[in-house]
Amino acid sequence: MTEIGLGHYLTLGAIIFSIGIIGIFLNRKNIIVILMSIELILLAVNINLVSFSIFLGDLTGQVFTLFILTVAAAEAAIGLAIIVVYYRNSGTIRVEHIDNLKG
Amino acid sequence: MIAHSIFFYTFSIIAIVSAIMVTASKNTVHSVFFLILDFISISCLFIMIGAEFLGMIMLIVYVGAVAVLFLFVVMMLNVAQQKNQWFSSEESSKHIPVGLIISTLIFVELIIVVGGWKYKPDLFDINNSIEINNVSNTHSLGQVLYTDYIHIFQISGMILLVAMIGAIVLTFRKRVGVKTQSYIKQISRERSDGVSVVKVESNKGVKIDD
Repeated sequence: MTEIGLGHYLTLGAIIFSIGIIGIFLNRKNIIVILMSIELILLAVNINLVSFSIFLGDLTGQVFTLFILTVAAAEAAIGLAIIVVYYRNSGTIRVEHIDNLKG
Repeated sequence: MIAHSIFFYTFSIIAIVSAIMVTASKNTVHSVFFLILDFISISCLFIMIGAEFLGMIMLIVYVGAVAVLFLFVVMMLNVAQQKNQWFSSEESSKHIPVGLIISTLIFVELIIVVGGWKYKPDLFDINNSIEINNVSNTHSLGQVLYTDYIHIFQISGMILLVAMIGAIVLTFRKRVGVKTQSYIKQISRERSDGVSVVKVESNKGVKIDD
């Protein structure tokens, strides 16, 4: 219990990943919160990569985390730009009103 | 070891609670603040287990840039008052069991993977290259990043450039009725457009009202 090993960090990553997925599914009001849940999922992936990299002594995981960070920042910028444009065109970003494709 | 575990449990409990609050809080601005708290506690964990460069970069990139971007958008779009209800809406109630089942399944699968990993201790015996080099985390990361991964590094820079151009192009709009400079007109203006040399006969003068 007191010995913190790889399993503890992986469990933390799994919990945060699941919370992110719950956030995507259950949030039906605001699309910005869905973007934040995607950020949470990427954070959980980063936790996994960094803890494997530390506990196995391989630096590649941390390099990969750096690139995931880059892609996450780019994704957040593009997603927020799309949300701003959608809000300007339709006046709402509530998830249940975004059904133009009738999916 | 005791202090390590105390710090781990503290930061991870803060991270989990704030991750729940990101998805559950009614106000979107509060969700952004809980997202910031989540990133801060996770970066504290990273610093604690020895990945201090990534912890600091995470603070700079997420808390300094991405969270502020989220805050800007939330406040600019005036959605802070739109209540973010989970369970009260009838329309959303049919998504709740599906989401719970899927996320619980994923969680159970990940825990099974973690348990299977714990019973394979022979993989831990790989030689620790970080310890051998006896340099700091940032130093060793820089040694790898600018030599072996230089192409991927530059490609990630190109990704950021494309994202920046894309965000500008998406949100750019031309308003009607606003007088702005037209750079292409200014640059492409030539001498013949503005000035003309007229041969003036003596004692006649020039008509300029043509």
